[in-house]
Amino acid sequence: MHKITKAPLPLCGLARCFLTEKHLPSVNVVRKRQFCSGNEGDLGKNEVYDVIISGGGMVGSTMACSLGMDPNLADKKILLLEAGNKKVMDKVPDTYSTRVSSISPGSATLLSGIGAWEHIREMRCKPYKRMQVWDACSDALITFDKEDLENEMAYIVENDIVVVSITRQLDTLSDNVQVKYRSKVVKYTWPMPHHAAESVPWVQVTLANGETLQTKLLIGADGPNSMVRQELGIPTVKWNYDQSAVVAVLHLSELSDTHSSLVWSTSHRLAEELLELDEESFVDAINSAFWSSENHSELIETAGSLFRGALSAIMPSAGTPRQLPPSVAGIGPKSRVMFPLGMGHASEYVRHRVVLIGDAAHRVHPLAGQGANLGFGDVAGLTQLLSQAAFNGKDLGAIQHLLEYETERQRHNLPMMTAIDLMKRLYSTDVAPAVLLRTFGLQATNMLPTLKEQIMAFASK
Amino acid sequence: ICSHFSFLRPPRITLTRSASQSTVDSSEVRRFRLLASKWWDEEGEFAALHAMNDLRVPFVRDNLLTVHRARHPGKPLAGLRVLDVGCGGGPPLGRLGANVLGIDPVEESIRIAQLHSSHDPDLRDRVSYRACTLEELSGEGEGERGAAQFDAVVASEVVEHLADLETFALCCSHVLKPGGSLFITTINKTKLSYALAIVVAEQLLRIVPRGTHDWEKFISPEELERLLGSNGFTVQSVQGMMYSPLSGAWSWTDGTAINYALHAVKEGHGVEDSSSYPEEHTETTHS
Repeated sequence: MHKITKAPLPLCGLARCFLTEKHLPSVNVVRKRQFCSGNEGDLGKNEVYDVIISGGGMVGSTMACSLGMDPNLADKKILLLEAGNKKVMDKVPDTYSTRVSSISPGSATLLSGIGAWEHIREMRCKPYKRMQVWDACSDALITFDKEDLENEMAYIVENDIVVVSITRQLDTLSDNVQVKYRSKVVKYTWPMPHHAAESVPWVQVTLANGETLQTKLLIGADGPNSMVRQELGIPTVKWNYDQSAVVAVLHLSELSDTHSSLVWSTSHRLAEELLELDEESFVDAINSAFWSSENHSELIETAGSLFRGALSAIMPSAGTPRQLPPSVAGIGPKSRVMFPLGMGHASEYVRHRVVLIGDAAHRVHPLAGQGANLGFGDVAGLTQLLSQAAFNGKDLGAIQHLLEYETERQRHNLPMMTAIDLMKRLYSTDVAPAVLLRTFGLQATNMLPTLKEQIMAFASK
Repeated sequence: ICSHFSFLRPPRITLTRSASQSTVDSSEVRRFRLLASKWWDEEGEFAALHAMNDLRVPFVRDNLLTVHRARHPGKPLAGLRVLDVGCGGGPPLGRLGANVLGIDPVEESIRIAQLHSSHDPDLRDRVSYRACTLEELSGEGEGERGAAQFDAVVASEVVEHLADLETFALCCSHVLKPGGSLFITTINKTKLSYALAIVVAEQLLRIVPRGTHDWEKFISPEELERLLGSNGFTVQSVQGMMYSPLSGAWSWTDGTAINYALHAVKEGHGVEDSSSYPEEHTETTHS
């Protein structure tokens, strides 16, 4: 079951003379500075990192920050490896970027805890109180909002802004968190699971520049096509939806708050066509998708309004006022991008000395805006477990507490992913029974406050 | 604990102190020499003992922290010197910042422990090992000012293998600083412990290698307390522990009928001023 390559024998460990018990703090200080310099590949004398995080996207860099700020991990050596360049932003650009994420209140709390949320709010983010989902084939819609509460439901934030804010926090943690940009990993070498005393017990990470690093725990935050996951041979349940998403920034006809972000999930073919259209035609296509009734069949419309009538008889006060779909006036210049959609779930999140977080472990359809939040949930859960393990003097890479993380997160992630997948499938079809089902389902859900609250509460975590 | 062991005094070496009868049991030593390398496999034959760290480490850590306030974030036991008799509990305490010396008479155990430690720069600096007995170590300190060297002695699953506990207690007292802590985990001598620790654990479920324990050597907490009391220790707390073969985990329990942990303090005032001594004397439960 373990796909592990044999680790090379360390030639120097055995010959090491035993040090006296005298504690020499100055030696540690020197070592801390030394590990910044390049390593000639000598495995003997090294620095062993306590944690290496592979992948400096939103989730990976939040993980680095979160660990770096934990008091129980204060003396640990943490390294974040990112293949791209360091993202800096002196000034927030006027044009909106197309890649955005919906940040739940739970994720906002995490980001606030690491000090990044203030930066995000200073730069740009949009709290939203309402999410409305329109169905192309009927009049059904579902509205999520928290009218009676002060708190916003969630935030839409551009991904770049999130990363820049976290990077700013990482800069303040340079004592125990080191970041290497433009560092691409070419190879991982896995240790034997049980202590064969002669072999190197650590995970070895080889970079493109030839450096080899060692770590007691490797955190794979390297995205949906995670190399860490693939190199471990972890089976992944995945399928590609035969859909792609077209994302764009819209300028709405409504007065204030004129910019909005669009994620349009549709077939690959249509997505490609949409990308090819000139801006005006694209705007027309969007408006038509929102407003047109050409996919509405008479049967469904009638059934739908009958059902709505019946529900109002039972619960006259239920149902919030419908918001009409927006009218789009234009789109942000050069803001259209397309990416394929898929779902993926790693059957295992952990192995000896390795743990997967974020999209590397689970990849979802963006329709519910939950992908980033699942990743942030992983960060919060794993930080807490590692913090406790450190306080108990444990080896951070020991599988016992890593398995606790896996259980906890799978219990949370799987229901969410299944729900998103089901919703996606339900919405992808225009076959009448399915449409009816979702029409009724949507209407009923819209009118049942408890159910909506449950959904919102779950999505807010 | 690198191995379950006893103190072996090789026949030709004479110690400087007037040696009492030895605490030797050479057959025990022979048995554990064979098992030395298997100790480090956390999921192997000694899994149950490794799992005990989940209770043992917090027990030692928290009791030391009530006396020595943690000043170093991330390394709550920084600056403390700990002697681990029958080394095996060293690494977790080392990771918490303590300087640990692990001793064991079985050289093979020491060699393997050193090997494991050698890979980890954190542990290399803080955890060291010596193949010697407690008597030898305490004998070295005699007559020198450096006799009382340790803030804490940890003797986990050791006491039930010794023939001579008086010497053991005396040596512990000798190597500890005044006010220093002694942590013992061991097995009570009751009908229940015979049933569970010998019959069930060794013979039926094979959780523990056969022949590991000799019921005659088990000691009750009352007797242990009496023995320690007459050697200059005050027992601060006794807590029962229980192992569940189903979950593979240990938990604290009210009864001390089978396994228990004991914390005792050597009389005298330590470096930390006496006002930081714990006021509460945890009720010693004997059942």
